[in-house]
Amino acid sequence: MIENKKFNTSYNYAFIDETTKKEIRRKLLKAVCIPGYQVPYSSPEMPIARGWGTGGLHVTLAIIGQSDVLKMIDQGSDASVNACNLRDFVHMTTDCATTFDTREATIIQTRHRITEEKLSDKQIMVFQVPQPEPLRRVERYEYKTRQMHAESDYAKMWLTLYEAYVKWGDVMQGAGYPVMVNGRYIMSPSPIPRWDVPNLNNSECLYLFGAGREKRLYAVPPHTKVEPLEFEDVKFHVEDFSNVKCESTGYNVAYMDEMYQDDGVTKKFYVNDSNFLDKLIEKEEVVQHSNKYIKKIKDALQ
Amino acid sequence: MHFNNHNSTHEWVLKVENLTKIYGEHTENTLANTGPSKGTNICPETGSIVACANISFELFPGEVLGIVGESGSGKSTIVKQLFFDLDVTMGSALLRPFKNGEVNIFEESNQKKRFMRNHLMGMVYQNPRDGLNFAFTSGGNIAEKLLMADLFHVGKIRERAAELLDKTEVPVARMDDLPAYFSGGMQQRVQISKAIANNPPLLFLDEVTSGLDVSVQARVLDLIRGLQHELGIAMIVVSHDLSVIRMLTDRTLVLKNGRIVERGLTDQILQDPQHEYTQLLVSSLL
Repeated sequence: MIENKKFNTSYNYAFIDETTKKEIRRKLLKAVCIPGYQVPYSSPEMPIARGWGTGGLHVTLAIIGQSDVLKMIDQGSDASVNACNLRDFVHMTTDCATTFDTREATIIQTRHRITEEKLSDKQIMVFQVPQPEPLRRVERYEYKTRQMHAESDYAKMWLTLYEAYVKWGDVMQGAGYPVMVNGRYIMSPSPIPRWDVPNLNNSECLYLFGAGREKRLYAVPPHTKVEPLEFEDVKFHVEDFSNVKCESTGYNVAYMDEMYQDDGVTKKFYVNDSNFLDKLIEKEEVVQHSNKYIKKIKDALQ
Repeated sequence: MHFNNHNSTHEWVLKVENLTKIYGEHTENTLANTGPSKGTNICPETGSIVACANISFELFPGEVLGIVGESGSGKSTIVKQLFFDLDVTMGSALLRPFKNGEVNIFEESNQKKRFMRNHLMGMVYQNPRDGLNFAFTSGGNIAEKLLMADLFHVGKIRERAAELLDKTEVPVARMDDLPAYFSGGMQQRVQISKAIANNPPLLFLDEVTSGLDVSVQARVLDLIRGLQHELGIAMIVVSHDLSVIRMLTDRTLVLKNGRIVERGLTDQILQDPQHEYTQLLVSSLL
């Protein structure tokens, strides 16, 4: 009897079939060619529901190979349930190596954070994106937002920033602060905190974004200009941690977690990025992302 | 007054030729089968509706042109086409400040059309809800127009918005209130502020006073007249109300069934109407 090798396993390498992976890679190439532009793609079925990280998984599985080293983070942590399960899933279907160490990883899939540690041109960062359309808050119809992007008709987006300033004295958007990519498209950087937004600018590594539920891919290639939207007199700023410090390391030039204690009143702060925190505790040498906001904080400390 | 210079072809700021809007399928007979002589604008062959047809006119700098006619005569259709709110079926329009008036503005790209809307034109609608975004403050509504013209300085935006609100007699203290909390007359004045925010050379006013009570009407008309004198904007005023036309305009087009039935100096038309429809309009003036 001839053994049927093709159907020996119940799924293809990296779970998604080759044709679909090819389609995703082609769409990614297009996304890299037009920085910040949202490319529609197939968003195939996965063993988890759309909107639970499928966009990120699609991108990771489409680009991963056996020689890759995967790091999976969720809100800065390698150890959350989400990160563990997704990491196990990718490892199971691809046989790739996995790591917690930011420096070792070749592909980093993330939810809502960019690592504190600087990334190199050998690394790719993959974002899980819940809402890829930055204009959705000002325009609910997809055909209209696409038209607005096509014609760079961004007055309404700017107007929401103006209105926020008038109402609250500042632009209140914390996560997912809108950015202008390459002077052309306004892009949602996925719900990363403001702290991470400047790290998208002129980076060494490639940033890929996948929105599974909304079926969109987009990218920020290395050394692309990414600017947060700001007025000439009302400037973008990052979160202020100057009055707090990390409970385990005393460090405060990083994005911090606020932990309420059991009494429900007092709170402690910890460095959010778990691998960065580990390295600080071990007193390892870490090269952090550098941008003008972090530089200003470090200058003030000296 | 510029209407004395009709012969000079170099003076107009807007030149419209054969502007036509037809809803539905039409044949070559459609235009012949409709119009004031037939008393209808519905084509008997195809059932298509001729909203306006063969509208040609020139508008000169600083001039105020009135368009008058009963409801459904195609008045608003004309300005909505010129403001790119509606697509045109046929016809052309040349705009002097855009490429020196050498191109048909209806054939330009959407991006260019938006540039013209934001920089060269202003529109005041009958219903403030069409011209203003009620989810944004009145200052924000004016800011939108300024942001479209790439002014990204909050301080300067607020300065300009305050200046405009002051000019249109809206209390500057209410700049950061929603227009929904304003009276109808105030909403209309905010809409006018927004329309003139970028100093456009051309302003369209579509039945601006129709929803307002008489005393408020008078103040809004006063305001428009004042702005016209001060800024010298060329305007097209659409109204079914001959007293508005008399008060604001230099020249008037009378529309019936989508066609121009009479045109001339406003005073002349009101004193000595030639077309029977105009005579009817004037005689029914209270």
